[in-house]
Amino acid sequence: MCSYIVEKAALVGSAKGRKGWMRIDTANVYFDHPYYSTLDHVLAIDFTNEGEGGRDRVAIELSADSARALVDRILAALASGEIAHPSAPAAIDAQPARQDAVRQEAVR
Amino acid sequence: MSAYQGLQAESVTFHGHGGDGGEAYYARPLRAGKFPGIVVIMHLPGWDEWIIEVTRKFAHHGFAAISPHLYFREGAGSPDDIGARVRAAGGVADEQVMGDVAGAIDYLRAQPNANGKIGIIGFCSGGRHAYLAACKLAGIDAVVDCWGGNVIVDNPKDLNAKRPVAPIDLTEKLSSPLLGIFGNDDQNPTADQVDRTEAVLKKLGKNYEFHRYDAAGHAFFNTARDAFRPEQAMDGWRKVFAFFNRHLATSAAGVAAE
Repeated sequence: MCSYIVEKAALVGSAKGRKGWMRIDTANVYFDHPYYSTLDHVLAIDFTNEGEGGRDRVAIELSADSARALVDRILAALASGEIAHPSAPAAIDAQPARQDAVRQEAVR
Repeated sequence: MSAYQGLQAESVTFHGHGGDGGEAYYARPLRAGKFPGIVVIMHLPGWDEWIIEVTRKFAHHGFAAISPHLYFREGAGSPDDIGARVRAAGGVADEQVMGDVAGAIDYLRAQPNANGKIGIIGFCSGGRHAYLAACKLAGIDAVVDCWGGNVIVDNPKDLNAKRPVAPIDLTEKLSSPLLGIFGNDDQNPTADQVDRTEAVLKKLGKNYEFHRYDAAGHAFFNTARDAFRPEQAMDGWRKVFAFFNRHLATSAAGVAAE
Protein backbone atom coordinates (compact mmCIF):
# COMPACT_ATOMS: atom_id res chain seq x y z
CA MET A 1 0.00 0.00 0.00
CA CYS A 2 1.17 3.48 -0.74
CA SER A 3 1.99 5.30 2.47
CA TYR A 4 2.28 8.99 3.03
CA ILE A 5 5.26 8.75 5.38
CA VAL A 6 8.11 11.01 4.34
CA GLU A 7 11.22 11.74 6.36
CA LYS A 8 12.64 15.15 5.57
CA ALA A 9 16.31 16.01 6.00
CA ALA A 10 17.65 19.55 5.75
CA LEU A 11 20.76 19.55 3.60
CA VAL A 12 23.50 21.87 2.53
CA GLY A 13 24.83 20.69 -0.78
CA SER A 14 24.37 20.32 -4.49
CA ALA A 15 23.23 17.69 -6.93
CA LYS A 16 23.42 17.20 -10.66
CA GLY A 17 20.18 16.64 -12.50
CA ARG A 18 18.75 17.05 -15.95
CA LYS A 19 19.55 20.76 -16.02
CA GLY A 20 23.05 20.38 -14.63
CA TRP A 21 24.17 21.25 -11.14
CA MET A 22 21.81 22.78 -8.63
CA ARG A 23 21.90 23.66 -4.97
CA ILE A 24 19.82 21.40 -2.76
CA ASP A 25 18.41 22.08 0.68
CA THR A 26 16.16 19.07 1.32
CA ALA A 27 16.08 15.31 0.99
CA ASN A 28 12.66 13.67 1.08
CA VAL A 29 13.22 10.08 2.14
CA TYR A 30 10.60 7.33 2.07
CA PHE A 31 10.21 3.58 1.81
CA ASP A 32 7.31 2.78 -0.47
CA HIS A 33 6.32 1.59 -3.91
CA PRO A 34 8.65 2.83 -6.61
CA TYR A 35 7.85 4.75 -9.74
CA TYR A 36 10.53 3.19 -11.94
CA SER A 37 12.06 0.18 -10.20
CA THR A 38 10.46 -3.23 -10.53
CA LEU A 39 10.92 -3.89 -6.80
CA ASP A 40 7.83 -3.98 -4.64
CA HIS A 41 9.25 -1.38 -2.28
CA VAL A 42 12.23 0.93 -2.49
CA LEU A 43 14.05 3.38 -0.31
CA ALA A 44 13.57 6.53 -2.33
CA ILE A 45 15.33 9.84 -1.90
CA ASP A 46 14.34 13.02 -3.71
CA PHE A 47 16.97 15.73 -3.48
CA THR A 48 15.34 19.11 -4.01
CA ASN A 49 15.70 22.80 -3.36
CA GLU A 50 12.49 23.69 -1.59
CA GLY A 51 13.76 27.22 -1.12
CA GLU A 52 13.45 27.61 -4.86
CA GLY A 53 10.09 25.90 -5.14
CA GLY A 54 11.23 22.30 -5.13
CA ARG A 55 10.17 21.65 -8.72
CA ASP A 56 13.43 20.03 -9.80
CA ARG A 57 14.75 16.94 -8.11
CA VAL A 58 17.43 14.32 -8.32
CA ALA A 59 15.79 11.02 -7.50
CA ILE A 60 17.05 7.61 -6.53
CA GLU A 61 15.23 4.35 -5.78
CA LEU A 62 17.21 1.69 -3.88
CA SER A 63 16.50 -1.76 -2.54
CA ALA A 64 16.30 -1.85 1.26
CA ASP A 65 19.51 -3.85 1.57
CA SER A 66 21.50 -1.63 -0.75
CA ALA A 67 20.14 1.48 0.99
CA ARG A 68 21.39 0.18 4.33
CA ALA A 69 24.74 -0.65 2.76
CA LEU A 70 24.88 2.86 1.35
CA VAL A 71 24.20 4.39 4.77
CA ASP A 72 27.07 2.32 6.13
CA ARG A 73 29.42 3.43 3.34
CA ILE A 74 28.42 7.09 3.78
CA LEU A 75 29.29 6.93 7.45
CA ALA A 76 32.53 5.11 6.66
CA ALA A 77 33.47 7.71 4.05
CA LEU A 78 32.73 10.52 6.48
CA ALA A 79 34.77 8.87 9.21
CA SER A 80 37.82 8.25 7.06
CA GLY A 81 37.47 11.56 5.23
CA GLU A 82 37.21 13.60 8.39
CA ILE A 83 40.35 11.97 9.72
CA ALA A 84 42.14 12.89 6.52
CA HIS A 85 40.60 16.39 6.41
CA PRO A 86 39.84 17.31 10.02
CA SER A 87 38.62 20.84 9.26
CA ALA A 88 36.90 20.15 5.96
CA PRO A 89 34.47 23.06 5.26
CA ALA A 90 31.96 20.71 3.64
CA ALA A 91 31.64 18.70 6.83
CA ILE A 92 31.16 21.87 8.88
CA ASP A 93 28.45 23.21 6.54
CA ALA A 94 26.57 20.00 6.06
CA GLN A 95 26.42 18.86 9.65
CA PRO A 96 25.85 21.62 12.19
CA ALA A 97 25.65 18.96 14.90
CA ARG A 98 29.17 17.84 14.02
CA GLN A 99 30.50 21.35 13.68
CA ASP A 100 31.50 21.65 17.31
CA ALA A 101 33.13 18.24 17.31
CA VAL A 102 35.18 19.07 14.25
CA ARG A 103 36.22 22.44 15.68
CA GLN A 104 37.15 20.93 19.01
CA GLU A 105 39.29 18.42 17.23
CA ALA A 106 40.98 21.22 15.29
CA VAL A 107 41.67 23.15 18.50
CA ARG A 108 43.30 20.15 20.10
CA MET B 1 -17.49 -12.55 -36.15
CA SER B 2 -15.92 -10.65 -33.29
CA ALA B 3 -16.60 -6.98 -32.64
CA TYR B 4 -14.39 -4.37 -34.33
CA GLN B 5 -11.45 -3.83 -31.99
CA GLY B 6 -10.41 -0.25 -32.71
CA LEU B 7 -10.08 2.18 -29.86
CA GLN B 8 -9.14 5.80 -29.39
CA ALA B 9 -7.12 7.05 -26.47
CA GLU B 10 -6.05 10.61 -25.77
CA SER B 11 -5.50 13.33 -23.22
CA VAL B 12 -8.63 15.32 -22.47
CA THR B 13 -9.59 18.12 -20.12
CA PHE B 14 -12.08 17.41 -17.37
CA HIS B 15 -13.34 19.58 -14.54
CA GLY B 16 -12.71 18.29 -11.08
CA HIS B 17 -13.00 19.52 -7.52
CA GLY B 18 -13.87 23.20 -7.33
CA GLY B 19 -14.40 23.30 -11.09
CA ASP B 20 -10.65 23.13 -11.69
CA GLY B 21 -9.76 22.05 -15.20
CA GLY B 22 -7.25 19.21 -15.37
CA GLU B 23 -5.80 16.52 -17.57
CA ALA B 24 -7.20 13.04 -17.88
CA TYR B 25 -6.56 10.07 -20.14
CA TYR B 26 -9.69 8.90 -21.94
CA ALA B 27 -9.92 5.68 -23.92
CA ARG B 28 -13.00 4.25 -25.61
CA PRO B 29 -13.98 1.76 -28.30
CA LEU B 30 -14.32 3.19 -31.80
CA ARG B 31 -17.18 0.94 -32.86
CA ALA B 32 -20.74 2.24 -32.76
CA GLY B 33 -22.71 1.68 -29.61
CA LYS B 34 -23.26 2.80 -26.07
CA PHE B 35 -20.65 1.85 -23.51
CA PRO B 36 -20.44 1.78 -19.72
CA GLY B 37 -18.09 4.32 -18.21
CA ILE B 38 -15.20 3.44 -15.90
CA VAL B 39 -13.18 5.83 -13.77
CA VAL B 40 -9.69 4.42 -13.19
CA ILE B 41 -8.14 5.84 -10.03
CA MET B 42 -4.34 5.96 -9.97
CA HIS B 43 -2.11 5.08 -7.05
CA LEU B 44 -0.04 7.44 -4.94
CA PRO B 45 3.28 7.30 -6.84
CA GLY B 46 1.61 8.98 -9.74
CA TRP B 47 -0.20 8.92 -13.04
CA ASP B 48 2.11 6.28 -14.44
CA GLU B 49 2.30 4.23 -17.60
CA TRP B 50 0.66 1.21 -16.00
CA ILE B 51 -2.45 3.18 -15.08
CA ILE B 52 -2.58 4.50 -18.64
CA GLU B 53 -2.30 0.92 -19.93
CA VAL B 54 -5.11 -0.17 -17.61
CA THR B 55 -7.31 2.61 -18.97
CA ARG B 56 -6.74 1.38 -22.52
CA LYS B 57 -7.40 -2.19 -21.36
CA PHE B 58 -10.90 -1.19 -20.33
CA ALA B 59 -11.51 0.36 -23.74
CA HIS B 60 -10.33 -2.88 -25.35
CA HIS B 61 -12.92 -4.70 -23.25
CA GLY B 62 -15.78 -2.46 -24.31
CA PHE B 63 -15.80 0.33 -21.76
CA ALA B 64 -15.29 4.07 -22.05
CA ALA B 65 -12.61 4.65 -19.43
CA ILE B 66 -11.10 7.78 -17.97
CA SER B 67 -8.14 8.15 -15.65
CA PRO B 68 -7.96 11.62 -14.13
CA HIS B 69 -4.51 12.90 -13.25
CA LEU B 70 -5.19 13.55 -9.59
CA TYR B 71 -2.08 15.75 -9.28
CA PHE B 72 -2.83 18.06 -12.22
CA ARG B 73 -2.92 21.10 -9.95
CA GLU B 74 0.87 20.80 -9.58
CA GLY B 75 1.23 22.00 -13.15
CA ALA B 76 3.28 20.70 -16.05
CA GLY B 77 6.02 18.18 -15.61
CA SER B 78 6.68 14.49 -15.69
CA PRO B 79 4.18 12.47 -13.63
CA ASP B 80 6.94 11.01 -11.44
CA ASP B 81 8.36 14.40 -10.47
CA ILE B 82 4.87 15.72 -9.81
CA GLY B 83 4.06 12.64 -7.74
CA ALA B 84 7.19 13.18 -5.66
CA ARG B 85 6.17 16.75 -4.89
CA VAL B 86 2.65 15.71 -3.91
CA ARG B 87 4.04 13.01 -1.64
CA ALA B 88 6.38 15.49 0.03
CA ALA B 89 3.35 17.68 0.70
CA GLY B 90 1.51 14.81 2.41
CA GLY B 91 -0.60 13.62 -0.51
CA VAL B 92 -3.90 14.94 -1.80
CA ALA B 93 -6.98 15.50 0.35
CA ASP B 94 -9.79 12.98 0.16
CA GLU B 95 -12.27 15.78 -0.45
CA GLN B 96 -10.31 16.95 -3.49
CA VAL B 97 -10.02 13.42 -4.88
CA MET B 98 -13.77 12.89 -4.47
CA GLY B 99 -14.39 16.11 -6.38
CA ASP B 100 -12.05 14.97 -9.13
CA VAL B 101 -13.70 11.54 -9.36
CA ALA B 102 -17.11 13.22 -9.53
CA GLY B 103 -15.79 15.42 -12.32
CA ALA B 104 -14.49 12.39 -14.21
CA ILE B 105 -17.93 10.76 -13.85
CA ASP B 106 -19.53 13.91 -15.25
CA TYR B 107 -17.14 13.78 -18.19
CA LEU B 108 -18.12 10.19 -18.98
CA ARG B 109 -21.83 10.90 -18.67
CA ALA B 110 -21.54 13.85 -21.06
CA GLN B 111 -20.14 11.73 -23.90
CA PRO B 112 -22.48 10.63 -26.69
CA ASN B 113 -21.30 7.01 -26.32
CA ALA B 114 -22.36 6.76 -22.65
CA ASN B 115 -24.83 4.04 -21.72
CA GLY B 116 -25.55 5.79 -18.43
CA LYS B 117 -23.79 3.30 -16.17
CA ILE B 118 -20.67 4.15 -14.19
CA GLY B 119 -18.08 1.91 -12.58
CA ILE B 120 -15.10 2.92 -10.46
CA ILE B 121 -11.87 0.99 -10.03
CA GLY B 122 -8.83 1.97 -8.02
CA PHE B 123 -5.52 0.40 -7.18
CA CYS B 124 -3.55 0.72 -3.95
CA SER B 125 -4.36 4.18 -2.51
CA GLY B 126 -6.76 4.41 -5.45
CA GLY B 127 -8.53 1.31 -4.12
CA ARG B 128 -9.15 3.19 -0.91
CA HIS B 129 -10.38 6.16 -2.94
CA ALA B 130 -12.71 3.87 -4.90
CA TYR B 131 -14.20 2.52 -1.65
CA LEU B 132 -14.58 6.08 -0.40
CA ALA B 133 -16.22 7.21 -3.65
CA ALA B 134 -18.78 4.42 -3.43
CA CYS B 135 -19.67 5.69 0.07
CA LYS B 136 -19.67 9.40 -0.70
CA LEU B 137 -20.67 9.96 -4.32
CA ALA B 138 -24.01 9.43 -6.02
CA GLY B 139 -24.53 7.75 -9.35
CA ILE B 140 -22.02 4.92 -9.12
CA ASP B 141 -23.29 1.53 -10.28
CA ALA B 142 -20.36 -0.72 -9.37
CA VAL B 143 -17.02 -0.30 -7.62
CA VAL B 144 -13.83 -2.35 -7.55
CA ASP B 145 -11.29 -1.97 -4.77
CA CYS B 146 -7.97 -3.53 -5.69
CA TRP B 147 -5.92 -3.94 -2.50
CA GLY B 148 -6.76 -0.53 -1.11
CA GLY B 149 -4.97 -0.10 2.20
CA ASN B 150 -6.03 2.08 5.11
CA VAL B 151 -9.72 1.40 4.52
CA ILE B 152 -9.46 0.35 8.15
CA VAL B 153 -7.42 2.77 10.24
CA ASP B 154 -6.24 1.11 13.45
CA ASN B 155 -4.23 4.07 14.72
CA PRO B 156 -6.29 7.28 15.03
CA LYS B 157 -3.06 9.25 14.60
CA ASP B 158 -3.13 8.20 10.95
CA LEU B 159 -6.19 10.38 10.43
CA ASN B 160 -5.50 14.01 9.58
CA ALA B 161 -6.97 17.01 7.80
CA LYS B 162 -6.44 15.46 4.36
CA ARG B 163 -7.71 12.02 5.35
CA PRO B 164 -10.08 12.76 8.24
CA VAL B 165 -12.24 9.64 8.16
CA ALA B 166 -11.50 5.94 7.83
CA PRO B 167 -13.50 4.67 4.83
CA ILE B 168 -14.71 1.67 6.82
CA ASP B 169 -16.66 4.07 9.05
CA LEU B 170 -18.66 5.22 6.02
CA THR B 171 -19.62 1.72 4.89
CA GLU B 172 -23.26 2.19 5.85
CA LYS B 173 -23.45 4.70 3.00
CA LEU B 174 -21.95 2.30 0.43
CA SER B 175 -24.44 2.61 -2.40
CA SER B 176 -23.19 0.23 -5.09
CA PRO B 177 -22.07 -3.38 -5.43
CA LEU B 178 -18.44 -3.79 -4.37
CA LEU B 179 -15.81 -6.18 -5.70
CA GLY B 180 -12.65 -6.54 -3.64
CA ILE B 181 -9.42 -8.09 -4.96
CA PHE B 182 -6.67 -8.85 -2.45
CA GLY B 183 -3.39 -10.72 -2.11
CA ASN B 184 -3.08 -12.77 1.04
CA ASP B 185 0.59 -11.77 1.45
CA ASP B 186 -0.20 -8.05 1.38
CA GLN B 187 0.87 -6.03 4.42
CA ASN B 188 -1.57 -3.19 3.80
CA PRO B 189 -4.28 -4.28 3.76
CA THR B 190 -3.39 -7.37 5.76
CA ALA B 191 -5.50 -10.51 5.47
CA ASP B 192 -6.91 -9.68 8.89
CA GLN B 193 -7.94 -6.18 7.77
CA VAL B 194 -9.61 -7.64 4.69
CA ASP B 195 -11.51 -10.04 6.96
CA ARG B 196 -12.59 -7.18 9.20
CA THR B 197 -13.73 -5.11 6.23
CA GLU B 198 -15.76 -8.05 4.97
CA ALA B 199 -17.31 -8.51 8.41
CA VAL B 200 -18.58 -4.92 8.36
CA LEU B 201 -19.97 -5.30 4.84
CA LYS B 202 -21.71 -8.52 5.82
CA LYS B 203 -23.12 -7.07 9.02
CA LEU B 204 -24.57 -4.11 7.11
CA GLY B 205 -26.04 -6.35 4.43
CA LYS B 206 -24.06 -4.82 1.59
CA ASN B 207 -23.77 -6.29 -1.90
CA TYR B 208 -20.14 -7.33 -2.15
CA GLU B 209 -17.81 -10.07 -3.26
CA PHE B 210 -14.23 -10.46 -2.08
CA HIS B 211 -11.57 -12.55 -3.77
CA ARG B 212 -8.35 -13.38 -1.96
CA TYR B 213 -5.31 -14.82 -3.70
CA ASP B 214 -2.60 -16.99 -2.20
CA ALA B 215 1.03 -16.42 -3.17
CA ALA B 216 0.20 -12.84 -4.09
CA GLY B 217 0.91 -9.61 -2.28
CA HIS B 218 0.32 -5.99 -3.03
CA ALA B 219 -0.16 -4.83 -6.62
CA PHE B 220 -0.04 -8.30 -8.11
CA PHE B 221 -1.76 -7.10 -11.32
CA ASN B 222 1.11 -4.72 -11.99
CA THR B 223 3.14 -6.06 -14.90
CA ALA B 224 5.86 -3.49 -14.22
CA ARG B 225 6.66 -4.92 -10.80
CA ASP B 226 8.26 -8.02 -9.38
CA ALA B 227 4.96 -8.34 -7.47
CA PHE B 228 3.21 -9.37 -10.69
CA ARG B 229 1.58 -12.80 -10.40
CA PRO B 230 0.32 -13.76 -13.85
CA GLU B 231 -2.01 -16.59 -12.88
CA GLN B 232 -3.65 -14.69 -10.04
CA ALA B 233 -3.78 -11.49 -12.06
CA MET B 234 -5.48 -13.15 -15.03
CA ASP B 235 -8.11 -14.65 -12.75
CA GLY B 236 -8.55 -11.30 -11.01
CA TRP B 237 -9.02 -9.44 -14.28
CA ARG B 238 -11.63 -11.99 -15.38
CA LYS B 239 -13.52 -11.32 -12.17
CA VAL B 240 -13.26 -7.55 -12.66
CA PHE B 241 -14.67 -7.69 -16.19
CA ALA B 242 -17.39 -10.16 -15.25
CA PHE B 243 -18.40 -7.91 -12.36
CA PHE B 244 -18.51 -4.75 -14.44
CA ASN B 245 -20.31 -6.46 -17.32
CA ARG B 246 -22.89 -7.82 -14.89
CA HIS B 247 -23.62 -4.46 -13.31
CA LEU B 248 -22.93 -1.96 -16.07
CA ALA B 249 -23.77 -3.44 -19.46
CA THR B 250 -27.10 -2.48 -20.97
CA SER B 251 -26.73 -4.31 -24.26
CA ALA B 252 -24.54 -6.86 -25.97
CA ALA B 253 -23.09 -4.05 -28.09
CA GLY B 254 -21.56 -2.50 -25.01
CA VAL B 255 -19.37 -5.37 -23.94
CA ALA B 256 -16.55 -7.31 -25.47
CA ALA B 257 -15.45 -10.85 -24.86
CA GLU B 258 -13.71 -11.33 -21.54
